Amino acid sequence: MIIEVLYFSWVRERVGRSKETIETDAPTIAQLVDELISRDPAYGVAFKDLSQIKVAVDQELGDFTTPLINVCEVAFFPPMTGG
Amino acid sequence: MAVCIQEKPFDVSKEISNFSTKVGSSGAIVTFTGIVRNDSGALDHMIIEHYPAMTEIALQKFTELAIDRFELEDALVIHRYGTLKPREIIMMIATAAPHRQDAFAGAQFLMDCLKSRAPFWKKEVSKGLGKWVEPRAKDEVQLGSWRDNFNSRTG
Repeated sequence: MIIEVLYFSWVRERVGRSKETIETDAPTIAQLVDELISRDPAYGVAFKDLSQIKVAVDQELGDFTTPLINVCEVAFFPPMTGG
Repeated sequence: MAVCIQEKPFDVSKEISNFSTKVGSSGAIVTFTGIVRNDSGALDHMIIEHYPAMTEIALQKFTELAIDRFELEDALVIHRYGTLKPREIIMMIATAAPHRQDAFAGAQFLMDCLKSRAPFWKKEVSKGLGKWVEPRAKDEVQLGSWRDNFNSRTG
C-alpha cells in the first residue's frame, strides 16, 4: 500500500520534511509510526511523546488505533491552536 | 454559510456589513474577532500554518454543526494563515439567530471548535527565535463542556 504522509508544525520540523510517499503494510497508524521510527532516528525524536501528537486519516481526525485500510493520506501534527 | 481561509488581510467592518445585509429575519448578530497579541512586547511576527486539504472541510463541518445545534440563520468564518504582525486580525466569525442567546452560544461553540479542532498551528517569532504556541488545557475543557451539555440535553 502506498500512502502520502504529511507532517505539520514542530512534527514537520523534527522529521525534517513536510511530506513523503511511503510504501507500507502497517495495519494501523501505531504500526506505521513504529515502522517510521525504525527507518530513521529523526522519527524517534518527532514521535517521542505520542500524547502530544494528533493524527488525521484522509483529512479526518483519527487516532493511533485507526486501521490503514484503503487510506490515501495520513497527517501527523501537534494539538491544534486555531482561532 | 461561508467559510474563507485566506492569506490576505480582510476588513472586519465590511464583512459584518455584508453578513448583516444577507441575513433576512434574524434579530441578533454576534461577531468575534481574533487579533495577534503581543503580551511581552517583544513579538516580531506570528506564522500561522495550516493543513489546506483538511482546513476547509473541518471549518465547514463546525459551521454546519453550529447552525444545526443553535438554529442559526447563518454563520460566517474567515481565518488567515501566513505571516502576521502584532495587532493584525487573524480571524473572525459571525453568527445570526432570531434571538441573542442562540447567536452568542453558536459563536462560543464555533470558537471552541476552531481553537482545538481546526488544523491551524501558530508560531510566535521574537528576536529571531520561533516558538510554537501550545494549546491551553482550558480550551479542551471548554470544548468538552458542549458535549456534556448536549448529552444532558438529549438524555
